[in-house]
Amino acid sequence: MRETLWTLAALMSHWRRRPGSLATLVLGLVIATALWSGVQALNAQARKSYDAAAAVISGGGARTLAASRGVLFDEALFVKLRRAGVNVSPVLEGAARIGEKNIRIIGVEPLSLPRRSPIARMRSRADVIEDFFSGPGRAFAAPQTLSRINFAEGAQPQTERRQQLPPLAALAEAPPGAIVVDIGVAQRLLDRPGKLSRLIVADDETLDEEQLKRVAGDALRLVAPDDESDIGRLTESFHLNLTAFGFLAFLVGLFIVHAAYGLAFEQRLPTLRTLRALGVAPRDLIFAMACEIAALTFVAGYAGVIGGYAIAQALLPDVAKSLESLYGAQISESIAFDARWQLSGLAMAGAGAVLAAASGLTRALRMPPLSVARPIAWRVEHHRYLRRQATFAALALVAAAFAYRFGDGLASGFAIIGLSLLAAALFLPVGLAGALALGEHAAHRPLARWFFADGRQEISGLSLALMALLIALATNIGVGGMVEGFRQTFVRWLDARLIAEIYFEAATPADARDIEAWARKQPDISAILPVWRAKTRIGEWPVDVFGMTPHETYTAHFPLIEAEPGVWTALRAQEAVLVSEQLARRLGVGLGATLDIPTSGQDWRARIVGVFPDYGNPKGQLRVDHEKLKRYFDDASGVHYSLRVAPDATMRVIENMQQRFGEKIARIIDQSELKSLSTDVFERTFAVTTALNTLTLIVSGVALFASLLTLSDMRRARIAPVWALGATRRKLAGLEMIRVIAFAAGAAAFATPLGLFMTWCLVAIVNVAAFGWRLPFHMFPAQWLVVFFVALCAAFFAALVPVARLARVAPTELLKVFSDER
Amino acid sequence: MLRVERLHKSYPTPQGRIPVLRDVNFTLAAGATLALTGESGSGKSTLLHIVGALDDADSGDVILDGVALTRLSETARAATRRDKIGVVFQQFNLIPSLNVEENLGFQARLAGRYDPAWQEEFTARLGLTALRARYPEELSGGQQQRVAIGRALAVRPKLLLADEPTGNLDEATGDAVLALALDLVDATGCAFLMATHSERLAARLQNRVRLEAGLLAAQ
Repeated sequence: MRETLWTLAALMSHWRRRPGSLATLVLGLVIATALWSGVQALNAQARKSYDAAAAVISGGGARTLAASRGVLFDEALFVKLRRAGVNVSPVLEGAARIGEKNIRIIGVEPLSLPRRSPIARMRSRADVIEDFFSGPGRAFAAPQTLSRINFAEGAQPQTERRQQLPPLAALAEAPPGAIVVDIGVAQRLLDRPGKLSRLIVADDETLDEEQLKRVAGDALRLVAPDDESDIGRLTESFHLNLTAFGFLAFLVGLFIVHAAYGLAFEQRLPTLRTLRALGVAPRDLIFAMACEIAALTFVAGYAGVIGGYAIAQALLPDVAKSLESLYGAQISESIAFDARWQLSGLAMAGAGAVLAAASGLTRALRMPPLSVARPIAWRVEHHRYLRRQATFAALALVAAAFAYRFGDGLASGFAIIGLSLLAAALFLPVGLAGALALGEHAAHRPLARWFFADGRQEISGLSLALMALLIALATNIGVGGMVEGFRQTFVRWLDARLIAEIYFEAATPADARDIEAWARKQPDISAILPVWRAKTRIGEWPVDVFGMTPHETYTAHFPLIEAEPGVWTALRAQEAVLVSEQLARRLGVGLGATLDIPTSGQDWRARIVGVFPDYGNPKGQLRVDHEKLKRYFDDASGVHYSLRVAPDATMRVIENMQQRFGEKIARIIDQSELKSLSTDVFERTFAVTTALNTLTLIVSGVALFASLLTLSDMRRARIAPVWALGATRRKLAGLEMIRVIAFAAGAAAFATPLGLFMTWCLVAIVNVAAFGWRLPFHMFPAQWLVVFFVALCAAFFAALVPVARLARVAPTELLKVFSDER
Repeated sequence: MLRVERLHKSYPTPQGRIPVLRDVNFTLAAGATLALTGESGSGKSTLLHIVGALDDADSGDVILDGVALTRLSETARAATRRDKIGVVFQQFNLIPSLNVEENLGFQARLAGRYDPAWQEEFTARLGLTALRARYPEELSGGQQQRVAIGRALAVRPKLLLADEPTGNLDEATGDAVLALALDLVDATGCAFLMATHSERLAARLQNRVRLEAGLLAAQ
């Protein structure tokens, strides 16, 4: 123990004399851990909110009964089951709008809910139960929901259908973004008389499939408690993408740690030799080094976890808005300090530190005391290093090819990207060494030859930082190219989808008829296009069904990826549907395939006559002829319309409609505002990605700066002889700057094709697997130039301080390299 | 105190093994001083490293205080170096991140034999009192070597080994450093084995042996 403690003291004294190196190592670990923890915190918070929302009714872990076909079922089935002695509790859920906010309405029967349901706990509060059932009843909402919809307790707001809510009351147990009411009230608010979403099966109820079939036929299906909720399934890809980004940022941060620890190991080799010579046993030395890593990891790791919390808090508003806009998911607006993601962060910090220090520990363990610091001829070591890099690069490339050939899905997509990045990063030093060797061969003047030769010697020290820079640059080009391509495609697609000038939603179907009758008489309105919709479920996927009327708005503009000849005629005249790209992929169907679509009555068998792009929609979508929608879906919501209006009359028509119909119009919007909202959702969705991208680039710049600063002392020993032979310090400093910028330019040049490959992987494999849509592949040369410029700037600023120190180093410092009192 | 018996050591090369030490035998009593001379590449450092349990021999024994070092495990040899042997290298090998005072006491603390009074005494005798707070890079070569000697003797070793201790010093400084070392060796009563190519310095020790082509000859 004594030997270990004094050895540890000697090791730690290195950091006392080199606080910059310590700061670099700690900073790298903090950044890596913070970026990983931040993403994990966001994902954990979101999942916690989904689970809480899903469990708020059943208490979590309860079986449920849901419709076998479609989304809703008749409450007569509930009555049948209760009469048969089956203990179930009814629930009706749906969406409504209060003001401009989307709210989830949950109708329950609290007396029959499972005991562990947070809502059921109100049974023990007599005042709450009395309020719920008597008089106008109550609409319970969490305090944050009340402030979100901007209504105080006691208020009775109206929905977009002009249905008045019972008086609002705060209830902490209510899920975020939802209002809990009596089930009869929910049926009124959602315009779903006699309908239910599901039945919660009581914990002590032994209902099985056979008994269910006997009582309810095949109208209902039994859902196991651990079946993923719709929200969980729909958002899985979103969270996986966040995790992938967080992991990439963590890896880049680890490069800093690896570089700092590796350089510290090289600097401490003489100390390690001396310690062994003075009698420190190898296992004591390793144990002391391990304790050192553990201490640094704990301190830096925990600081990283706190930093991750701050990052998550900063990104949460954008993530929450994206999840709400894309998936209708509500998540809590503050990050809870959950033990799981904290431990995940600390574990990753520990794993990262061990990985970074592993090679140093192994070398220290294996080498005998005398040769620990004996310099090996650098050319021998250099060639060995390059061969090792090239070998591992080749192996990574083979693994990537293997993943491409035999892999399937999102995981293999990320594996291909990760392995390709790794292969390229490992090969970078080999490529740079080759370029420098060519330069040395071509150079004639002695200083030029020294410039290239010394550069080859410098590569191994800078390689980790340059690899981090390459990965960050390639990711910027890759992800940036994908996002920009997506943006352009999305805008074009939006232009094709949003042809009508006005879109409105009536409060009720009767109001819709009134407005329609009025609109037919308006000379400014050239077409009234109903956009009615229904909900169903195909397999395990929720699907929206939209009706379309045969109008040139669609026949001339609606974008289709593939279609049969005469698609619009077929859609009108035959039992035919258009299916969205992501639904087609999920179901594994295409043109000509038939679908059995659950409707209000019997299943509707329809043929797929076209596939259309539906970017940004996590749900499946079908487009059918309007008359078919009315025929097969009698619960279709008949309140949505679009209007074709002369562009210069749009605002006038909107004003007229609002004046004439007032509350009969739940919502009305013109094309440009709708496009603007949609684009805003798009931008917010990628705000998190852009932020992580930028952070990764900054981290790689810090890695380069840290490496250059740490190497600057070692550089002195190599520069001193050249200075002594007549080169000025200023000239040497200038050459140093040129070399670093040239390395960065090499990394940037290499990053461009790598980034393009990454873009292709993202659009062709990852996006398809994650979201179901395939984007066209675009290239943006202007973006490459920007990234190139950023790389040069990063190198310039990273090298500025070390180069400035070199330019001003005192001659006595350089002479110390030669000090010899013989 | 120290017995070296039938020591053999060779190094592998592409052309085959090259013998460096051939059947080396000598003894060194407690308190005695022995100079090991020979030309550059004669194997002096190799012999010193084997005696100091820093390297392995191909065959033979090094017996220090009745214990055969060549048969000990790596951990046991480290313990022997720590507790019984002080080594002074040509390149000083101070720990750069520790100051003079910390370097001086380091091996003694490792061995659990730190003696503040003894440290104070030899610090003064080595003329390092005023330099205690300085770091190795702030010292001259002679000052660094004095610190190295102090560190080696702080643990009161049975055996002090010095491998070309004046090799990096000018003549005057080297003489002064050696004089201090011999003075402290006398004070501690340890055996002293010094490798040097300087016949002049070797003459200041009680005994001399010479290595030529791996063979040891008394002088």
